[in-house]
Amino acid sequence: MARGDHLVISSGDAVQPFNYAVGLHGSKFFHELKENRRIVGIKCPACGKVYTPPRRVCGDCFVENKEWLEVGPQGVIDTFTIVRYAFIDPETGKQKPVPYGYGFIRFDGADTRFQHFVELNEARPIKIGARVEPVFAEERKGTIRDILYFRILD
Amino acid sequence: MAKKRVAVVGTGQTMHKSHRPDVNGQELIHEAVKTALADAELTINDIDAIVIGNMDHFEGINYVDCWSVDGSGGWMKPIIKLTTGGTTGSTLAIGGYHMVASGLFEKVLIIGWEKNSESDTTGAITTAFDPIWDRLVFAGAIAGLAAEGMAYMTEFGITDKDAARVSVRDRKHACNNPYAQLRQEVTLEEVLASPMLSDPIHLLDVCPRTDGACAVIMASEDVAQKICPTPAWVWGTANRHTYTYVGDLNLGEIDSMKYAAAELWKKTGITEPRKQIDVIELYQPYSFAGIIWIEAMGIIPRGKGAEYIWSGATDMGGELPINPSGGVIACNPIGATGLIRCAEACTQIMGKGGARQVPDVNLAVSTGFGGCFWTDILLYGKQKPDF
Ligand SMILES: [Zn+2]
Repeated sequence: MARGDHLVISSGDAVQPFNYAVGLHGSKFFHELKENRRIVGIKCPACGKVYTPPRRVCGDCFVENKEWLEVGPQGVIDTFTIVRYAFIDPETGKQKPVPYGYGFIRFDGADTRFQHFVELNEARPIKIGARVEPVFAEERKGTIRDILYFRILD
Repeated sequence: MAKKRVAVVGTGQTMHKSHRPDVNGQELIHEAVKTALADAELTINDIDAIVIGNMDHFEGINYVDCWSVDGSGGWMKPIIKLTTGGTTGSTLAIGGYHMVASGLFEKVLIIGWEKNSESDTTGAITTAFDPIWDRLVFAGAIAGLAAEGMAYMTEFGITDKDAARVSVRDRKHACNNPYAQLRQEVTLEEVLASPMLSDPIHLLDVCPRTDGACAVIMASEDVAQKICPTPAWVWGTANRHTYTYVGDLNLGEIDSMKYAAAELWKKTGITEPRKQIDVIELYQPYSFAGIIWIEAMGIIPRGKGAEYIWSGATDMGGELPINPSGGVIACNPIGATGLIRCAEACTQIMGKGGARQVPDVNLAVSTGFGGCFWTDILLYGKQKPDF
């Protein structure tokens, strides 16, 4: 059988949108971000770990988190990469804005890391330990895009 | 503890390639199943149950347990699907082990497969991550690994040249493996000169996309040695998950590996893994993992991995060869990848490795890794465990 006999059929351009519940804790985070430009976390009553993004249960201790705290808005880069390879973002159908800084940011007062864009700036190169702050969108909608990116301070 | 001791009595793989437009999923699966049955000198009638899996979104066709029955041999048999992302293949091995160890099934056929060519890999992997918190900056498996490599490099002062040495090793080993997709040696200079995908990872530091399938047959101690004179006994398994969102991870050391390996060594009586284990098939999707993860596994103290790699200890002929098959960097049909590690480790125990055989293997390890930084680990022995 010739190679041309092996047919490959495309699924076409169909899309299937989803509608995700953000949850009680995530909703409070985005409400604070949108209305007050405030970053909040939540503390585990057993181990004291402060989670940002906030969530209902500390998985390590398996107890319910109750104590809300304000964290940040400044923080530190715990680790990062600079994404350089081009690929289509399945969330938007468009190419991701490569190259971009991908930061794991620990807000002051938090113990987990928040993932977001970090500016690429020759004068202040991205590095582990660098201090950063969020640059907020003027018009905020209650999504993670209410932060445009993180600016490097030093 | 297991009610029955369990051994791997046969393995089969396809000739892995970047693109297999000549076969559909069912036909690809059948190639591996047929080969494993022939290896064990069994027929499908001898098989009591089947466990099968892949990573759903790569093909966008769910329920492989259902639509593949003609190819898998699952027609009118107990069959279940397991899927855990990158660890699917190793989870399948652990699941098959549980089924036989329980005493409920005597001979179980385990199948992992993937046709990565049928969709966009990064798009498919993205569906495994949280839509609210993870996906904005997410960039497939590579960016998370890059952030791990960056954290480790910064802490211990290693360079991308140290990591490149791992890639050189695995790509050289792959030349001995007829099943591997990429069988071409590379030099340190070529790795370092290849395009930077996501700092500090170069193109030649990472795994390819592959179409392929793997099948493994496990049998209980009641029949294992009747089927295979030198079966690979499963001494134990362990696995760990550690996070909800990617930012929860302790990037730079891999906690899931640390805790899974520690548990496995403890329950199988391994006190000095570096000296006792003869070969490791490490699910190592990028070169830096070849340094960071063997430390977490307890093979070498933290911070000493690069020095150990440069010493040649993990090359063929060294004290502890890693990835005689060429590993994941040479071949990565994702849902099969963890099961290929199992098949390759067992092939080493059985002495069927041909050009990639390590001499006198008594204990072998295989691992599985998911882009979500979880770890599966399995230990196999030539001797039947006395526990
Ligand atoms: Zn806690």
